[in-house]
Amino acid sequence: MSIRNYSIALSIVIALVLQIMPMPAVADLYRPDWVLLVLSYWALALPNRVNVGVAFFTGLILDILLGTSMGVHSFAMCLCIYVLVVNYKRLRNYSVWQQSIIIGIMAALYNLVIFWLQHLITDIYFLFDYLWPVASSMVIWPWLFWLLRKVRRQLRLH
Amino acid sequence: MNLMFSSGPSLPNRLALALILSVSLIIFDHKFDGFGTTRVYLNSLVSPLQYLANLPGQLLNASASRFVSHEQLLNDNAKLTHDAMLMNGQLQRLTFLREENDRLRSLLNSPVQDNTRKVVAELMAVDNNPYSHQIVINKGAINGVFEGQPVLDDNGIVGQIMQVSSTNSRVLLIADVTHAIPVRVARNNVRLIVSGSGSLDELLIQHVAHSSDLKEGDLLLSSGLGNVYPEGYPVATITSIVRDESRPFSQIKAKPVAQLDRLKYLLLLWSERTLQEESIAEVTVK
Repeated sequence: MSIRNYSIALSIVIALVLQIMPMPAVADLYRPDWVLLVLSYWALALPNRVNVGVAFFTGLILDILLGTSMGVHSFAMCLCIYVLVVNYKRLRNYSVWQQSIIIGIMAALYNLVIFWLQHLITDIYFLFDYLWPVASSMVIWPWLFWLLRKVRRQLRLH
Repeated sequence: MNLMFSSGPSLPNRLALALILSVSLIIFDHKFDGFGTTRVYLNSLVSPLQYLANLPGQLLNASASRFVSHEQLLNDNAKLTHDAMLMNGQLQRLTFLREENDRLRSLLNSPVQDNTRKVVAELMAVDNNPYSHQIVINKGAINGVFEGQPVLDDNGIVGQIMQVSSTNSRVLLIADVTHAIPVRVARNNVRLIVSGSGSLDELLIQHVAHSSDLKEGDLLLSSGLGNVYPEGYPVATITSIVRDESRPFSQIKAKPVAQLDRLKYLLLLWSERTLQEESIAEVTVK
């Protein structure tokens, strides 16, 4: 019973840990946006439970964990999750591969918004390396979708 | 089936609220530095997540050290004993030289260099935020770490403490774009400012006249100006100088002496001066 109540929160915590886990510099470049992916899944599957509010608070935690100015990640996260929640009925009917393209677009939006906000705050230049997470997120999405759907069906979350 | 959003504001309103909140947080945090002390508590609050993220690496290290062969341990031990012997030999000279230096300095009426307290810290996590170069170390406010404290590795200066939480703290590396450090050239005491480029193995030296006496391979030491970093620690070596007369200044690149991409153990410094007086912030937010 208890795992059913906390499973969404638990999956977000695991995503946060994966997001900040130390990795070798080579692999670090290709780290997918775990938190965005997990939140996207829940936003599409259970938009009544995970939407803009959850995205906002998760984004704030991400800001503290990554040492960025408060509000940068929450801004980008809210924007992406909002787009997904508004279109959840349509997106659910897409095949996993089509969804993965949509997720890629969302990840690109997410990374570009974060870059743009950081650019306003500090003086950083754009490198195309910053967009590698978009590709890795697209590759990870089908597997994550399959895993989280299994979890959701097993625990009968709705 | 549950009704969607049956309670609370509608979805567009929620988005507007969240975005306005985010923007005001950014402004509050960045422009007014509004989270000064709150950030310590917030960082402490999320530090369990950091410990959790660090766990697999630690387990890997622990199991790796468990499977070291007897022979390798003996070899390491022999090498370390040898190194310690050599270093102790040099240290005997050092104490003598330091006393002599202090005597000479007092004869010249210049201030005597103060002793520093050092503590070894271990790397906990490397930030994966590509836009800034920060690391997290395992010493925090309970160990006496303070904001603006210099951090070194065994080769040279690594950066300074940016945020402190109770048991760990965040270090801003010298390669970060928002960081700059005053240095002097070891060969001829020319004063320069080295700023980060955003890439871990490259630093930029800006606003240097074409005529200044610099060569590739020059070692840059911290100059102690700015009161954050102590004087005389290696920072970088000059790797390339482009003297294009059509530009107002030479374009100079340098490579950090510390290996910023493979940090493991770090040194935290407490100099008597920094303990006594407030340090002037050296990070220039451009």
